Amino acid sequence: MQWETVIGLEVHVQLATRSKIFSGASTAFGAEPNTQACAVDLGLPGVLPVLNENAVAMALRFGLAIDAEIPEVSVFERKNYFYPDLPKGYQTSQMAQPIVGRGTVEILLEDGSRKAIRIHHAHLEEDAGKSLHEDFIGMSGIDLNRAGTPLLEIVSEPDMRSAKEASAYLRAIHTLVTYLGISDGNMAEGSMRCDVNVSVRPKGQAAFGTRAEIKNVNSFRFVERAIAFEVERQIDLLEEGGKVVQETRLFDPEADETRSMRTKEEANDYRYFPCPDLLPLMLDSAYVDHQRSLLPELPSAKRERFIEQLGLSTYDADILASDRDTAEYFEQVMAVCDDPKLAANWVQGDLSARLNRAGLSIGESPVGAEQLGGLLKRIKDETINGKAAKQVFSDLWERRFENADQVIEIKGLKQVTDSGALAQVIDQVIEANPVQVTQYREATEEKRGKMLGFFVGQVMKASRGTANPQQVNALLKQKLDALC
Amino acid sequence: MLDLTFAEMARGLAAGEFKSVELVRGLLARIERLDPEINSFVTVTRDQALERAEAADAQRARGEAGVLAGMPLALKDIFCTEGVRTTAGSKMLGNFVAPYSATVVEKLAATGTVSLGKTNMDEFAMGSSNENSHFGPVKNPWDHSLVPGGSSGGSAAAVAAGLVPAAMGTDTGGSIRQPAAFCGITGLKPTYGRVSRYGIIAYASSLDQAGPMARSAEDCALLLNAIAGHDPRDSTSVSRVVPDYTRDLDAPLDGLKIGLPTEYFGDGLDPGVEAAVRDAVKVYESLGARVVEVSLPHTDLAIPTYYVIAPAEASSNLSRYDGVRFGHRCANPLDLEDLYKRSRAEGFGEEVKRRILIGTHTLSEGFFDAYYRKAQQVRRLIRQDFLDAFDKVDVLMGPAAPTPAFALGAQSDPVSMYLQDIYTIAINLAGIPGISVPAGFVGNRPVGLQILAPHFAEAHLLNVAHAFQKVTDWHQRRPVQD
Repeated sequence: MQWETVIGLEVHVQLATRSKIFSGASTAFGAEPNTQACAVDLGLPGVLPVLNENAVAMALRFGLAIDAEIPEVSVFERKNYFYPDLPKGYQTSQMAQPIVGRGTVEILLEDGSRKAIRIHHAHLEEDAGKSLHEDFIGMSGIDLNRAGTPLLEIVSEPDMRSAKEASAYLRAIHTLVTYLGISDGNMAEGSMRCDVNVSVRPKGQAAFGTRAEIKNVNSFRFVERAIAFEVERQIDLLEEGGKVVQETRLFDPEADETRSMRTKEEANDYRYFPCPDLLPLMLDSAYVDHQRSLLPELPSAKRERFIEQLGLSTYDADILASDRDTAEYFEQVMAVCDDPKLAANWVQGDLSARLNRAGLSIGESPVGAEQLGGLLKRIKDETINGKAAKQVFSDLWERRFENADQVIEIKGLKQVTDSGALAQVIDQVIEANPVQVTQYREATEEKRGKMLGFFVGQVMKASRGTANPQQVNALLKQKLDALC
Repeated sequence: MLDLTFAEMARGLAAGEFKSVELVRGLLARIERLDPEINSFVTVTRDQALERAEAADAQRARGEAGVLAGMPLALKDIFCTEGVRTTAGSKMLGNFVAPYSATVVEKLAATGTVSLGKTNMDEFAMGSSNENSHFGPVKNPWDHSLVPGGSSGGSAAAVAAGLVPAAMGTDTGGSIRQPAAFCGITGLKPTYGRVSRYGIIAYASSLDQAGPMARSAEDCALLLNAIAGHDPRDSTSVSRVVPDYTRDLDAPLDGLKIGLPTEYFGDGLDPGVEAAVRDAVKVYESLGARVVEVSLPHTDLAIPTYYVIAPAEASSNLSRYDGVRFGHRCANPLDLEDLYKRSRAEGFGEEVKRRILIGTHTLSEGFFDAYYRKAQQVRRLIRQDFLDAFDKVDVLMGPAAPTPAFALGAQSDPVSMYLQDIYTIAINLAGIPGISVPAGFVGNRPVGLQILAPHFAEAHLLNVAHAFQKVTDWHQRRPVQD
């Protein structure tokens, strides 16, 4: 039988607010355990939550970016359950009336095509703390630094049909939230985590199969692997005549498998009810409009602009627009050198390769966008040739010089375009290589073309790479042919 | 000197008739003598009190003292007080020393008042007799065989016994007004949102409100001045100008329109209480007020509505007492579940467990709509009853409780105990302010007249109460001690 996979994602995005969603404690990552948990985060008797406006603004900007419905009123509710790292015995979340309603996120597939994934809603909630089991014998430690960190949970419709689509969706969310500046998107530090709902059904069947929810899948790669494993497990089960049970499963990246955590029967009754300590959140249109005015240019708009105004290829535009830092770097380079194609080639080519080798992000690049732009400008106005440019780039990377012009000046890499000076070098080369000159004279036209390369190389060498290769070619040919 | 009202005492301090240290020493001695029997205090903060009294006297000597500097009072043990054990009357918090102070406590401290300690209460403010305290029942100073009412029974008894001239209470369904009535003192529950709830151990968040309990309406006005106002740490506190509540105390009552809710004078009302309340209303008539009968048609739904909403909120509010971070933890837990179950089973008393169970049930899947959602709808109707009544009259008057104080152990059935709050509970559901003022006796048992006003009309409410106290002396009566 042919099976179809159906996938929906719940992505938890940690919002980049400086303080927590309901308290003034810091959200910075990596502090000593329990040093960033105040009375409110500890759930001490008598404390009350106060909503962080910045978290609201960030959630709202996400909603506006995906063109979602923005309800006038949203309500915080309490999700009640006991867990040691949940200090109050409930999580303050949203349920019936979330801050962001229905919207759409477009994903880019590997074949270059696009697909719209519907967003069911996105809601604000507080994160829990962390239980630490490793460092304690016979006990568990609890770190409440993370408790109260604002999360935006983005819930998709079950619109994805493959692991690839799911990871493309996750990438699209990542791109969007980092573009919006509402999250650092750092998956290794848990800034983005996702729960995956997976089911399979016979191809052509309209009804969904029974789904399993895989909890806490924390990288693009794991999402694909977890889904691949889970789909195979469910298909095997069904083909053997078994049934998929609705349950929560955990992905184990070590074993590359998912394991049952709890079935539907064991599920909690969370007893949601509106939090009486927080008033309903009302967003008036002036506030919504203000947040809309703060939206940056979004990836899709940037991509269109790169293609239509800058004349970039779809491929170049996709890559350059997919990451806000890359796009900004590219645009700065372009602004200095005024050559989009050249800028695109260098950002994706030499710069990207060098960064990959060094394991650096574009934000950490030793060669700044201004510097690279300055270098490309000198290529464009033919001050230096491509070979010299690579040398200049290396020197800038090693931070030996302040800018390209300085390297060119000090190292004398300026392209020799003075034909008199060049003619002199060419004459020297012809004189120094009589054997090759004789061979050239005796060669066919076709062979001469190939042999010309030898002389060009010698001239470039003699000029320490500063000669203009096109000019060398033309002059050499002229002089050699004159000898024939 | 020790038997003055709070306001009189403040004037005495200002006039230099006595010093704060003298007051505090005198009252501490009284507490030492009388409270072993009355049991109104859970914790007496003797050393801090003397220290603060000395500081207040020094401040006054420098001419820098405010109206309340050096004024002694007590705090219900539900207000978190930095460095002081704060128990909420529960074994669960028997060892809990608060690391921070409630906004009310901070505000009172900022005016220079001197807290003598923390008063006894029904566990987590759940009760109407103060018999639900882990620290033992409180005795009514008028008759030690009677309850003082609850849940702020310790605060009411301490004031009635003359151990402090004023105490802070909280009122979720009548917990200030009913014990004030039972103990013959004046107790004000302000409008919901008028006083910050930050640092008050939560029972039912949408109903809890702190207020003063003292000798007179004037006392309450002085204390409300100190504690009212918006608090950025409490999102449900209201940003609204705080007037000087003492300013209009003496305004004439000409043309005052009083409504008597028909439903507050029906079956179950003790005839002696009714007689006292009707006599009090006559006093108002003699002061120029007009009296009309009004109806609050949803009155009979107030208790069932309250006992859905309050336990639902409580079941969630009390989840944090899990034995993990603070409070009681059972010995040698086998595993996490055992830790939760035994810590909570051992730490909470019967009534608290009962309300947690009720609340957990009413919020459960399949019951939520029938109970919680329905109760919220009824709550709006109850609120509307009051808004409609206040279209016709300025204030409402009636009994604060259906009976005077009953004997310790007399109400063994929870439902008959819940019925104690029949005249007070709807006020919390509606969010309006209410005050109980002494209005006579049934035998030696005090009766409270409850006066209700529209949202944020505390100044008027206090004016109406004060007018009564200017022409009666019920609030001056004291039980015989020793």
